[in-house]
Amino acid sequence: MPATTKEVDMQDVAARGADYGEELHGEEMTLNMGPSHPATHGVLRLRLKLDGDFITECDPVIGYLHRGDEKIAENMTYNQFVPYTDRLDYLAPLANNVCYAIAVEKLANLEVPPRCQTIRIICCELARISSHLLGLGVYGMDTGAMTTFLYTFTEREKLYSLFEELTGARFTTSYTRIGGVARDIPEGWLGRVSNFLNQFEPKIDELDNLLTRNKIFLDRTKDIAIISREDAIAYAFTGPNLRASGVDSDLRRDRPYCGYEDYDFEVPIGTVGDAYDRYLVRMEEVRQSVRIVRQAIDKMPEGPYFAEDAKKIHVPPKAKVLTSMEELIQNFMIVTEGPQMPAGEVYFEAENPKGILGFFIHSKGGGVPFRLKIRAPSFCSLSILPKIAKGLMMSDVPVVLGSFDFVMGECDR
Amino acid sequence: MAKVLERKPLTFAEKTYLPQVLGGLKITFKNMLGKKVTMEYPEERPNIPDNYRGVPTLVHDPNGREKCVSCQLCEFVCPPKAIRITPGSIPEGDEHEHVEKAPQDFEINMLRCIYCGMCQEVCPEEAIFLQDVYSLVGTSREELVFHKKKLYELGGTRPDQHYKWDVKKAAEEEALAGNGHH
Ligand code: SF4
Ligand code: SF4
Repeated sequence: MPATTKEVDMQDVAARGADYGEELHGEEMTLNMGPSHPATHGVLRLRLKLDGDFITECDPVIGYLHRGDEKIAENMTYNQFVPYTDRLDYLAPLANNVCYAIAVEKLANLEVPPRCQTIRIICCELARISSHLLGLGVYGMDTGAMTTFLYTFTEREKLYSLFEELTGARFTTSYTRIGGVARDIPEGWLGRVSNFLNQFEPKIDELDNLLTRNKIFLDRTKDIAIISREDAIAYAFTGPNLRASGVDSDLRRDRPYCGYEDYDFEVPIGTVGDAYDRYLVRMEEVRQSVRIVRQAIDKMPEGPYFAEDAKKIHVPPKAKVLTSMEELIQNFMIVTEGPQMPAGEVYFEAENPKGILGFFIHSKGGGVPFRLKIRAPSFCSLSILPKIAKGLMMSDVPVVLGSFDFVMGECDR
Repeated sequence: MAKVLERKPLTFAEKTYLPQVLGGLKITFKNMLGKKVTMEYPEERPNIPDNYRGVPTLVHDPNGREKCVSCQLCEFVCPPKAIRITPGSIPEGDEHEHVEKAPQDFEINMLRCIYCGMCQEVCPEEAIFLQDVYSLVGTSREELVFHKKKLYELGGTRPDQHYKWDVKKAAEEEALAGNGHH
């Protein structure tokens, strides 16, 4: 059979599939992308129906990383669950730790001292920088710019060394405890954070130079997967993905926790809501985070790093446990029975790098939650995929996924 | 305060890809000539900061006493239940008899341990420490369940500020001696 060619004039993305569907119709193909595919950032599986190169249907299949974290929480004391929160959004474990601790403290109606709050803010913002660095780096890689990934990872390594010094681990930080943090900041650490920020700022500019006005990158991301304001709200988008669609919402500013009201920062919002805007928002958020950390370092108050008067919640300092009977017993009680909480229900959400992470806790009193529910931002971001992917090209999928910057640990829980 | 991010259209020069390509090359050369950021791993080793959370180990005090008294608090707190303790007592006539208790066996399953450091945090004896060993290898599961002997070997000796049992013993002896005078 002689080969025939046909002139096709391509208009906008959504129309392409529809207009020529009839004439060009071959057989529809079902393609499994993932669950283990480098572009799906973890164990996400997409069931795609393809008409040639165009997607007619996209069905995300989630749950490959389900570990039953919510059920696990019901079987251990509040403090023992902290390491499990590391494994939700494992790209920003410190931020999860902080959010969880504040949620439980809200239940106990407990105020932590200012030093602890400031430490937590530094933790949250450094976690945001680290998470966005990864997000931006792999986004670059998804669009074909491998080097950005290497440069952002170099910076991230430096941050991890700082985390390592602060918490004892690079990745699974488990840093907060109910009523405080696990340990005080080490000698000279703030100075090292400051040095990091100083050398980091030129590096963001470098990344900016590589991507922001790069035509190759723009061709791949501009006007791809536009999410309208209404859709973003309807699908419960939060965080950078919501702000990219032009919704001006940031819990750090709108409902401050941990003393965020005392910090000066701007909330970047996008105008179009496409994949490129989501990149721009993250880029600007990194700069704003640098600003917040600088302010926090300047005002770091002296004082205790945990709530000393919360005798039934935070274990006493080690030196006391070793020398005094009363503290020894207190230590045993808190460890075996858990930090004592009143009965009640509480919901707390914090502005995490990926969006709003929320913990709902139902307590019947005592040291173990009766029910703990986690609201994961990545889950909501992914829920829009069936709608947004229709009419996109196969090669746009990594770009869309990269622009959402989701993480399956949190989505599947 | 919200900051609306502008999207300026590309200039003609930028549309030709050239400035970006050249800018990218500049960064590449800068990095090529700059300081190396990678490490030849097994030959070069990273610096491990103090208080690093590596493999959990049991430690001796400077007098050579095995510090764990098998109170089992670490076993209780360990979130993934990696620790198993068989409690035991110190036989009479032992130099450390006054401490009374010591584990018969102390197992940590390194395959379950998540290096969270909670055991170190709760131990009322400062007997268990997460130290700087971060890479473990073994050829079987059994091999990576560390027992008491191995844990004490890995742990070595750590300084002690309190010597709580010796202080207690001294106080008791003094009290006894004091009673004798009456
Ligand atoms: S290591 Fe510490 S906490 Fe664990 S049993 Fe021994 S004394 Fe108790
Ligand atoms: S470090 Fe954590 S997981 Fe490992 S033995 Fe100690 S408490 Fe258990």
